[in-house]
Amino acid sequence: MEINKVPQDEGITAGITREIQYAVDENGKYVKTFSKGWEPKNIVNELAWDDIHDNMNDANEKILAGKASPIMYFMAKNQMNVALLAEYVEIPKWRVKRHLKPRGFKKLKQEQLENYAKVLGITVDELLNYKTKN
Amino acid sequence: MDIPCDHKKTNYKHMKLDFEHIPAGHCENGVISSLLKYHGLNLSEAMIFGIGSGYFFAYMPFVKVNGIPLASFRPVPGMIFARAAKRLGIKMKKQTFRGQPKRAMDELDKVLEKKLPVGVQAGVFHLSYFPPAYRFHFNAHNMTVYGKEGDTYFISDPVMEYPTTLTYDELKKVRFAKGPLSPNGKMYYPIEIPKEIDLKSAIHKGIKQTADWMLTIPVPLFGVKGIRYLSKRMRNWPEKLGPKKAAAYLAQMVRMLEEIGTGGAGFRFIYAAFLQEVAEIMQDQRYFELSKEMTKIGDKWRTFSSLAAKTCKGRSSDPDGYNTVANLMLEIADDEEKFFIELKKLIN
Repeated sequence: MEINKVPQDEGITAGITREIQYAVDENGKYVKTFSKGWEPKNIVNELAWDDIHDNMNDANEKILAGKASPIMYFMAKNQMNVALLAEYVEIPKWRVKRHLKPRGFKKLKQEQLENYAKVLGITVDELLNYKTKN
Repeated sequence: MDIPCDHKKTNYKHMKLDFEHIPAGHCENGVISSLLKYHGLNLSEAMIFGIGSGYFFAYMPFVKVNGIPLASFRPVPGMIFARAAKRLGIKMKKQTFRGQPKRAMDELDKVLEKKLPVGVQAGVFHLSYFPPAYRFHFNAHNMTVYGKEGDTYFISDPVMEYPTTLTYDELKKVRFAKGPLSPNGKMYYPIEIPKEIDLKSAIHKGIKQTADWMLTIPVPLFGVKGIRYLSKRMRNWPEKLGPKKAAAYLAQMVRMLEEIGTGGAGFRFIYAAFLQEVAEIMQDQRYFELSKEMTKIGDKWRTFSSLAAKTCKGRSSDPDGYNTVANLMLEIADDEEKFFIELKKLIN
């Protein structure tokens, strides 16, 4: 890659930082140079986020149908699966699975709700009063 | 040389080491390179990468990241670092603190107090200074902590343009991220750097292992064989997986090639930079010529990314897009094979 061809397509770096790109200068020597980003990278990153949003929408549908608790939505939003969430809240997976159902969720004590809320980056209020957007 | 430790009590409230933030292509090499520079040993990121045999290809369908088989352009995290340290004769102190976050933070403070910058492993999901789009549950990120003021730690993260900071709680959280490759508070710093370093021998060992791993591992998942194997599998993705999942698989490959920390083209450009440095150290122009070949290989991987991203974007199930990039991979596999056969001749 030649230094004058290093792409500067703003995207995932969001103006917060620039990435190092190795490129050859006019004398054919390698140098480190900054790149704001590259369109193919932006495309595939966006795709990864699309999948996360799909999971959030799936969770919402289940919550609306009365098949899942709000934890399901915030779990998806935090890019977690049951195994990872269980690790973070330090509760066995089979119990987390129960809390993902409306019945199990209703039985959660304040302390457990606080634990979930903290891990999911929200308040207990937000967890209890979550309304799916249609 | 033993690393001099300043045991005098420093003012604990404010302590910022005279540490140079050097942005790098890749976090692991970047941290080691700048830690060594602090102690007076000047080796570039590319040199560490080459000596540590960072160049690789592996396709591991049984290891899944978010349900997607892993295609990697480097060996497992920590390996480049371990190999480079061994070949250079550098002793590193490494510690992990499973389930003991407080101890992990106390220990970090103690080492900082001795005026030693410390490398730490971190998860990026909770990394507050990262652009939001970077933040996935990836736990093998590395950064240097080089000081502390009250509740704030001074951080040199090689993939960031400028130095940054984290609060005590934020740093503790990322050092104890959960999930695959969890850091468990891992921290490391050099404790002994030899006076004389046999750079040529370290370079030879690094090159030899890279060539061997790319050419001769008798399992079809690794090296140039791995590239060919993945090329074959990829052709069936649209039919086998459906358009959505096929796109996700292909997109994941492009991310491994380009997303934060490869210096472009899945480390191929860093390797080309390494070869230029080798040409100077060995006073041998042939390495410079091979560097040019490596640049061409890197450029082909960039073309791969560009074409693959287009195919992913439409989420098309048209097998043509997949066949095009699969063909290009076969061409690249041939190029890399030829390249490492030539490179190996130089060190024998």
